[in-house]
Amino acid sequence: MRQVYLDHQSATPVLPEVLEAMQPFFAQAYGNPSSLHRHGLLARDALDKARAKMAAFINAESPEEIIFTSDGTESSNLAIQGAAAAYARDGNHIVISATEHPAVIASVQLLEARGFACTRVPVDAAGAVDPAGVRSAFTDKTILVAVHHVNHEIGAIEPVREIGAAARERGIAFYVDAEAGAGWLPVDARDWGASLLSFSPHRFYGPKGVGVLYQNRRARLAAILRGGGQENGRRAGVENVPAIVGAGVAAEIAGRELAQRAAHCARLQRRLWDGLRARVPRLKLNGPEPGPGRHPATLNLSAEFIEGEAQLLLCDMHGIAVASGSSCVSRSRQVSHVLAAIGLDPALARGNIIMSLGRDNTGEDVDYVIETFPKIVSKLRALSPAWEGQPG
Amino acid sequence: MQISRAGEYGVLGLINLPAFYNATVLDHFLNPRNVGDVPEPEAIGLAGEPNCGDAMRLSLRIQNGKILDARFRTVGCGAAIASSSMATELIKGRSVEQARQFSNQEIVAALGGLPPAKIQCSVLAGQALRAALEDYEKRHPGAAAPRTECAPQKPAPRRRRQG
Repeated sequence: MRQVYLDHQSATPVLPEVLEAMQPFFAQAYGNPSSLHRHGLLARDALDKARAKMAAFINAESPEEIIFTSDGTESSNLAIQGAAAAYARDGNHIVISATEHPAVIASVQLLEARGFACTRVPVDAAGAVDPAGVRSAFTDKTILVAVHHVNHEIGAIEPVREIGAAARERGIAFYVDAEAGAGWLPVDARDWGASLLSFSPHRFYGPKGVGVLYQNRRARLAAILRGGGQENGRRAGVENVPAIVGAGVAAEIAGRELAQRAAHCARLQRRLWDGLRARVPRLKLNGPEPGPGRHPATLNLSAEFIEGEAQLLLCDMHGIAVASGSSCVSRSRQVSHVLAAIGLDPALARGNIIMSLGRDNTGEDVDYVIETFPKIVSKLRALSPAWEGQPG
Repeated sequence: MQISRAGEYGVLGLINLPAFYNATVLDHFLNPRNVGDVPEPEAIGLAGEPNCGDAMRLSLRIQNGKILDARFRTVGCGAAIASSSMATELIKGRSVEQARQFSNQEIVAALGGLPPAKIQCSVLAGQALRAALEDYEKRHPGAAAPRTECAPQKPAPRRRRQG
């Protein structure tokens, strides 16, 4: 059976070059980067090189602006909670978009319980944040604004540059969660006016277990993890040297291949959406149309009258790996806050699945999905009491 | 560079694949039994939220107080579909009286267990059955009223648990 992996937003295979670069740092160059002997110095040197690669990858001014964390969730926690603590004497108001990642939302909720206030700026039906809406949410007490570069579910690309300019005018710190887009679209911390910016190499062919948080040299940040002086006191704990080394190589390759990778995926994305749209009645694309407003590798689809997990399972039975934004963790179905924020009908949110392409997917992969997915939808609709009596 | 075996999972993790649902659940999801509608049913039961959530419609053919046929349509996750299918298998042949005692625990047991977060998804089938029996009672008042004479209760068919 053909195996088609369409969940690159969850994880990507580690590139052979990345794995090769990591290998010596397990059993041979195993020193702790904080140690002063040759083993430690070698590990420290490897960290410095990876840090420089990360700085170049996002156009940071200096490698010192790069903090290594364990993943995107930790980066978002550190960015939101660390900035709130560092700027607390200037105010207690935070502005975020309604569709931020749960790591951002949960961090903000924690701060709200501690006396901070938060304004959640709504998005339009395609998931776009209006910079004017962000600007009008600012108050004299606003210390931080957080808007992601690309939405993790529906692939909407946000106007981070405009929001960065608005934040700078008011002297408000700006955190950009660039987790979904980094490695697929250009990320430019300086051009966007980001105070803080995060991304995770496991989403672009690097290893899991490492995240990157950029802190502009003029931005303040208080550590959450306390202990040793690693990462200039901004994140205590022994660095994950093999993963950081691999991440550096993944970023270097991503920087080199970015345009080619995005163009390849965008072609397949277009082919996949056109093919599915033509063959599956009552199928909706959530988020922007493929094009400049959308992540080049993702499709977020809703098939009416059926449910997401059932589609995911049947796809898996046919060798197709996809994700679903729909879940039944409680008695009533949980609609993702992103789909709720774009005002999606719950009947469509129920049938939500997410396909994310990668550099190794081929036209044949896409054709296999175009051929297989309509059968899956038909099978589930034949079972559905809601579908009965519908044309097609 | 030689890439090492992925340990107990074999190359690419595709051997000894860990499954979210057990083989019985997957079988009932992939090959659901008794899909559709009983022609001219004696009872119809609806449960759930057909327009936005999980939902099930159960139709029954009942003669002389006995469920002769049960068919379903369900929109929902794998566990909801498998539970619906198993429920129809379990209640066919039972008396209306016995069917009143039916609970979703029996479905879960017959399926050999569900992941803890998915137990709730089996409730739908129990609700649809209760609704169908209420419908039957409405259409045939007294036909299936609780009786005092004690017909020996047929124990639920036991199935081997599958891991």
